[in-house]
Amino acid sequence: MADLRTNLAGITSPNPFWLASAPPTNSGYQVQRAFEAGWGGAVWKTLGDPILNVSSRYAAVHFNGQRVAGFNNIELITDRPLEVNLKEIYETKKKFPNHAVVASLMVEPNQEAWHEIVKKTEAAGVDGLELNFGCPHGMAERGMGSASGQVPELVEKQTYWAKEAAETPVIVKLTPNITDITATAEAAVRGGADAVSMINTINSLAGVDIDTWLPIPHVGGKGAHGGYCGPAVKPIALNMVSECARNSRINVPISGMGGVSNWQNAIEFMLMGASNVQICTAAMHHGFRIVEDLIDGLSTYLDERGILSVQDIIGKSVPTFSDWGNLDLNYKVVARINNDVCINCNKCHIACEDTSHQCIDMLNDPNGHAILQVREEDCVGCNLCSIVCPVDGAIDMVELKNDLPPMTWNERQSLIGSLKERKVTK
Amino acid sequence: MSTSEPIIQKELQKRFTEVTPPLTNQEAFQESQRCLYCYDAPCIQACPTGIDIPTFIKKIASGNMKGSAKTIMTANPVGASCARVCPTEELCEGACVLNHSTKPILIGNLQRYATDWAIKNDQVLFKEGQPNGKKVAIVGGGPAGLSAARELALLGYSVTVYEAEKQAGGLDTYGIVSFRLPKAISLWEVEQIEKLGVTIKTGVRIGKDIPINELLSTNDRVILAIGMANVPDLQIPGENAEGVYDAIELVKMTKDAPFPTHLRDKKVVVIGAGNTAIDGATCSVRLGAANVKILYRRSEQEMTAYDFEYEFAKQDGVEFRWLTQPVEILTNEAGQVKGMKCVKMKLSEAAEDGRRRTEPIRNSEFLIECDAIVKAIGQRRHLSFIEDLGLAHNEGVILINPDTMETSNPKIYACGDVIFGKGQGEAMVVSAAQQGKTAAYHMHESLKETYSA
Repeated sequence: MADLRTNLAGITSPNPFWLASAPPTNSGYQVQRAFEAGWGGAVWKTLGDPILNVSSRYAAVHFNGQRVAGFNNIELITDRPLEVNLKEIYETKKKFPNHAVVASLMVEPNQEAWHEIVKKTEAAGVDGLELNFGCPHGMAERGMGSASGQVPELVEKQTYWAKEAAETPVIVKLTPNITDITATAEAAVRGGADAVSMINTINSLAGVDIDTWLPIPHVGGKGAHGGYCGPAVKPIALNMVSECARNSRINVPISGMGGVSNWQNAIEFMLMGASNVQICTAAMHHGFRIVEDLIDGLSTYLDERGILSVQDIIGKSVPTFSDWGNLDLNYKVVARINNDVCINCNKCHIACEDTSHQCIDMLNDPNGHAILQVREEDCVGCNLCSIVCPVDGAIDMVELKNDLPPMTWNERQSLIGSLKERKVTK
Repeated sequence: MSTSEPIIQKELQKRFTEVTPPLTNQEAFQESQRCLYCYDAPCIQACPTGIDIPTFIKKIASGNMKGSAKTIMTANPVGASCARVCPTEELCEGACVLNHSTKPILIGNLQRYATDWAIKNDQVLFKEGQPNGKKVAIVGGGPAGLSAARELALLGYSVTVYEAEKQAGGLDTYGIVSFRLPKAISLWEVEQIEKLGVTIKTGVRIGKDIPINELLSTNDRVILAIGMANVPDLQIPGENAEGVYDAIELVKMTKDAPFPTHLRDKKVVVIGAGNTAIDGATCSVRLGAANVKILYRRSEQEMTAYDFEYEFAKQDGVEFRWLTQPVEILTNEAGQVKGMKCVKMKLSEAAEDGRRRTEPIRNSEFLIECDAIVKAIGQRRHLSFIEDLGLAHNEGVILINPDTMETSNPKIYACGDVIFGKGQGEAMVVSAAQQGKTAAYHMHESLKETYSA
């Protein structure tokens, strides 16, 4: 079996699956249950000055009968006294010395406050600290969480303060509620962060009840924006991880999270540069037991490919992720429909006809059977037909070889530029 | 009977309730999500009434139940009944593209779910058209007649339906066993049509209660949807014995409480192997018969009952005696059935119509002990009435222009079972509904120029 041990900036864990700082890591009881189930690490629900929570906190977006495509919450950081949390951290770490216990921290942007909480928390025996600069609701209204996480200077300064006092690795957790996450990631690195983690939740309003006209969820008739997570946010999170991973100024490890629901998702994040993954919504949906298949699926995947350690896949896809201007304009794929597999639902036809490039014809073969055919000369290779097709293997996107050498937009522009220049100098 | 009668009735009520349970909300929602929402969907093509099936299913998925029911009932005025009686695996579900990948969508059950919703929520789905001053009489209030009535009412006609039975609905009301189609469903469809201002005169027989001349002279057009009549005679000795029943009459008796108890503990023989024979047999089982046998002079391959009906009867414990022809009904001194003399048959080469002929095997007579006989060997035609109307027909099958449903009298259109047979038409309720629509549209075309709408 492949070695699943991971190391994030010196924090080791038996596998790359950590529970993210969230309701599942609210107490020692829960974290210990998680470790018993097989989770490799846990980031304790954010410690800080205890707050008051409201009742009616979560909401989910269901899509076409699938429960929890997206998840939204308006719960704040821990509402338990710091001493209680620290005591339970101590006990948990003692019981599970090989598992990663990281404390998530959030205090007001003040040097002394950071020094104090860092020292207190480290005294409880944590393996590392995660600074919560991401929580988008509630705490942000008090100048904490994403309110400070959206200002690169505040990220840098607070990271620096935490690092002044910290003896364990400091992870900075970033908010996605910002135009360019690399700006705050770089700020964290400048402040001395040992790692960054992303993404925290995205500002969201889960829905409006069309019978009562009230927001979902509402607290006694009033709602407020929450933080969005779950499967629906995965592409957003994956992009942010990838953008940071390919940025040479962000030269610290990344802990990836945001919609990771299965071992395939975990592999995707790790290929795009995450050293491990953090998970919350999937566990909230199904319980801690999901970690069994996360581990099993991942190790089978590695074994089948002869990869000895999960660490060997970290960042392997990062070089393939670039800017649009570096994509080859001469690369061409077209759709091919396998009529022996096709069940003639005609979804590809109507999708192409109404919303794409009108190149899938509904025809009859010589025996009078209905078939669908792509006019390849008109196909732009958009993939839409293969996306809407309900049958695996009915539509292939195939590469059309041509004699043209690769040419990216950037290359094309610089070539045009140099030709113009030559003309001028002549 | 005795004091146990109410208990028996209660038990019978249970036995005659619908065998297929309705989809739960959750089941319907999940099944509706599974529909691919095909473009140019083959299920629509396969539906004789052309219900926009993907649309009504998507409406279930989106929670627009009224829209879903309306989509169904727009295309098929007896869509609630058809949801239960259509041979869906031969129609919409048989055409579902998912037959080629997983399993077809339960279209019939979803259609039932949507129409049940409309029934339960007392929805009125349609509104009559602006009156156009034209009068149409429809003779026969079965699926074809009701369907024509609904379409004409939407077009603004003053429509009167004449129904010989106590209630309208025809086959759907009286001829399909309750455990497939409860009477209330058919009566809801009737009520929907009445709410459009259609007058339904029940217990009225044209030619007897109202002269044919009067009908023709007081209406701009007439639609004939009189269906078929009772089961014909077996034409064997002993036919009039006590204990010989007509399958259609038997089914009709079970559509309302109190249920008949005359077949309790009886050994019943059903003659014929069409869907009505199956109904007669499964009704007998439910009425408490000790043993039920179906006799058919051809073999299993030639039987005309749908596969699912055959399967259903077998599961009810009905026995089948193939290649068996009754030759005489035997009676006791009191004139009651006590047995049937039968002869074994063999199949010969296929005749011109593709069906194999049968002939008796010499010296193969044998006796079947029984005390009730249910005839289900087809249906008679209302021959004399058709002749009185002076319409061209082929042994009681009214001849029509299949595109317009027009008869030999341009003022009279015909649809439903009255035109079924001799290679013409279809026997299904859903086809009758479509024919009713077709008759209505073409009649409207023919009348359009005579008034200014």
